[in-house]
Amino acid sequence: MKRIKATPYKVITAVVLAALAFFFIFPLYWILTGSVKTAAVINDATPQWFPLSPTLDNYQRLFDNPALLWLFNSVAMAVLAMVLTCVTASMAGYALAKKRFAGRALLFSIFICAMALPKQVILIPLLREMSFLNLHDSMWAVILPTVGWPFGVFLMKQFSENIPGELLEAARIDGAGEARMFTEIVLPIIKPGIGALAIFTFINCWNDYFLQLIMLNSRTKLTISLGIAKLQAEMSTDFGLIMAGAALAAVPIITIFLMFQKYFTKGITMGAVKG
Amino acid sequence: MNKQIKPSIMKKSLTRRETISAYLFLAPALVFFVGFVIVPMVMCLVTSFFNYSMTEFAFVGFDNYKEMFQDDIFIKALANTVLIVVVAVPAVTAFSLWVSSAIYKMNGALCSFFRCIFYLPVVTGTVAVTVVWKWMFNKYTGLFNYVLDSDISWLGDSRTAIWCIILILFTTSVGQPIVLYVSALGNVDDSLIEAAQVDGATSRQVFWKIKWPQIMPTTLYILVITTINSFQCYALIQLLTSGGPNHSTETIMYYIYYQAFKLYRYGYGNAMGVILAIIIAVFSALQFKVAGKKND
Repeated sequence: MKRIKATPYKVITAVVLAALAFFFIFPLYWILTGSVKTAAVINDATPQWFPLSPTLDNYQRLFDNPALLWLFNSVAMAVLAMVLTCVTASMAGYALAKKRFAGRALLFSIFICAMALPKQVILIPLLREMSFLNLHDSMWAVILPTVGWPFGVFLMKQFSENIPGELLEAARIDGAGEARMFTEIVLPIIKPGIGALAIFTFINCWNDYFLQLIMLNSRTKLTISLGIAKLQAEMSTDFGLIMAGAALAAVPIITIFLMFQKYFTKGITMGAVKG
Repeated sequence: MNKQIKPSIMKKSLTRRETISAYLFLAPALVFFVGFVIVPMVMCLVTSFFNYSMTEFAFVGFDNYKEMFQDDIFIKALANTVLIVVVAVPAVTAFSLWVSSAIYKMNGALCSFFRCIFYLPVVTGTVAVTVVWKWMFNKYTGLFNYVLDSDISWLGDSRTAIWCIILILFTTSVGQPIVLYVSALGNVDDSLIEAAQVDGATSRQVFWKIKWPQIMPTTLYILVITTINSFQCYALIQLLTSGGPNHSTETIMYYIYYQAFKLYRYGYGNAMGVILAIIIAVFSALQFKVAGKKND
C-alpha cells in the first residue's frame, strides 16, 4: 500500500465531498428539526437553523390522525411482502440455477425481459384485476404484485449459482429427498442472499408510493406514505404537522436500513452482476 | 441389448423427475409472476385497442394511438419526460462515477459512511423527501428564497418548476449507482493498474484505458435502470406540482394516471403505457449499442 499524499486535487475533492454530504443529509435534518418547531417559527421568513424552543405540539396533532395505524399498515404490508417474496424467490431461484429442465432458458429470458419493463405501466390493468378479485382497498392488492415482480427470482438465482453441485449429488446419493435437500443444503448456503432480498423487498414495498396510492383508499387502510401525502393535500402549509409525519415515516425505515446495511449493499451489487 | 437400453431409459426418467421437481419449486413464484405481472401486461396491450372506460368496452383499433399524437398535452408530457431523462440520466451517471472514484479507495468505514449518506434520500422514501423539499421551495417560508435572497415561486413558475423536479429526482437517484460503482471499481484488477503505472501512465490514462472498459457493464446497467426510473417519474410530480403550472411539469406517467384514474379512460391510458414501454425499450437498446461500440 502506498501512502496517500495530500495533493491540492485531493484536498478539493475532500471539501466538495463534505459539502455534498451535507447537501444530502440536510433534508433529513430539516424534517427532524421542523417537526419540533412551533408554527410561529416555521412561518417566519427567517429560518431558525436549530429549534430553540422545541415543542411536541406537531406530534400531538399528528396523532389526532390514525398515524400509528398507518405505520402499522406499512409494517404489516412490507413484512408480508418480504416473507412471501423470500420463500417463493429462493425456491424458484434454486430451481433455475441448479436444475436442468425443459423450458429453463425460455423461462429465464421471460423473467429478465419482464424486469426491463416499466413497472408502473401495468398499474391500470392491475387495478382492474384487483377490483375483479375483490382485493381493491386491501393491503393484498399491494403485496401480491410486489411478490410477483421477478427481481427476487433473478437475485436468488445469482446467489444459488454458488451452491456446489457435488454437495447436492452427494445428498441425493445418500437418499435425501428434494425438500430435505432444499432445507438442509440449499438454504444455509443462500442465507446471505435471502437477507439481502428481505431487506430490499421490505424497503421497496414500504416506499412504493404509486402502487399504494392506486390500490388503497379508505382512511384506515392507508400506509404511512399515503397518510402524509393526504395530510399534505389537506393542509398544504402546515409544515410542522407534515414534517412530524415525514419524521414518523422516515425514522423507522432508516433505522432498519442502518441495521441491515451490509446485506442491502450486497443485494444491490449481486442483482447487477451479469444484469 | 437390454443392457444398452436401460441407461438411456433411466436417464430419461431422471430428467423427467428433475423437470417435475424443478416446476414444483418454481410453481409458487410463477403463480404470482403470471397472475400479477404477465396477465396485467397482456391486458394492458389488448385493452389499448379498445375504447375502455367504466361504462364502455368497444374495439377501436389504433384510434387510441392516433389520438395520442394529436393530443397536445401528451406531446407536451412526452417532451417534458424526455427532457427529464436527457438531463437526469447523464448527470446521475457522471456524478455517481465521480463520487465513487473519490471514495472507493478510502478506508472501509469512511467509504460506507459516504455510501450511506448518498443512499439516504432513497431510504427516507419519496414522500418524506418530497414534502421537505416542497417546504424548502416554498415562496414565503422556504430556505431557498432566504439563502438566495430571492422572491421566486420555485414550483409555481413554469420556467423553474421542472428544474426543481429534476434536482429532487437527482438526489433520490444517485444512491444505487454509487453502491454499484464502488463495488465495480473495487473489482478492477490491481495488477493491471500497477503495470500501467510502472510504464508511466498518468492517472487519467489509467482511468480511461483500464478502469473505464472494466466497469462498462456496470455503467450500462446504471444507464438502463436510471433511464427506466426517470421515464416513470410520477410521485414527485403528483406531490409537488400536479403537472402544472400550465402542464410545464406534466410527464407521461402523470398524464396516464390522470387519464385513467381521473377521467376513467383506461384504454387511452393503456395505449400511452404501451408507447412509454416501447420508448424505454428503444432508449435502453440505444444505450447498449452506443456503449457496446465504445467498448471495442
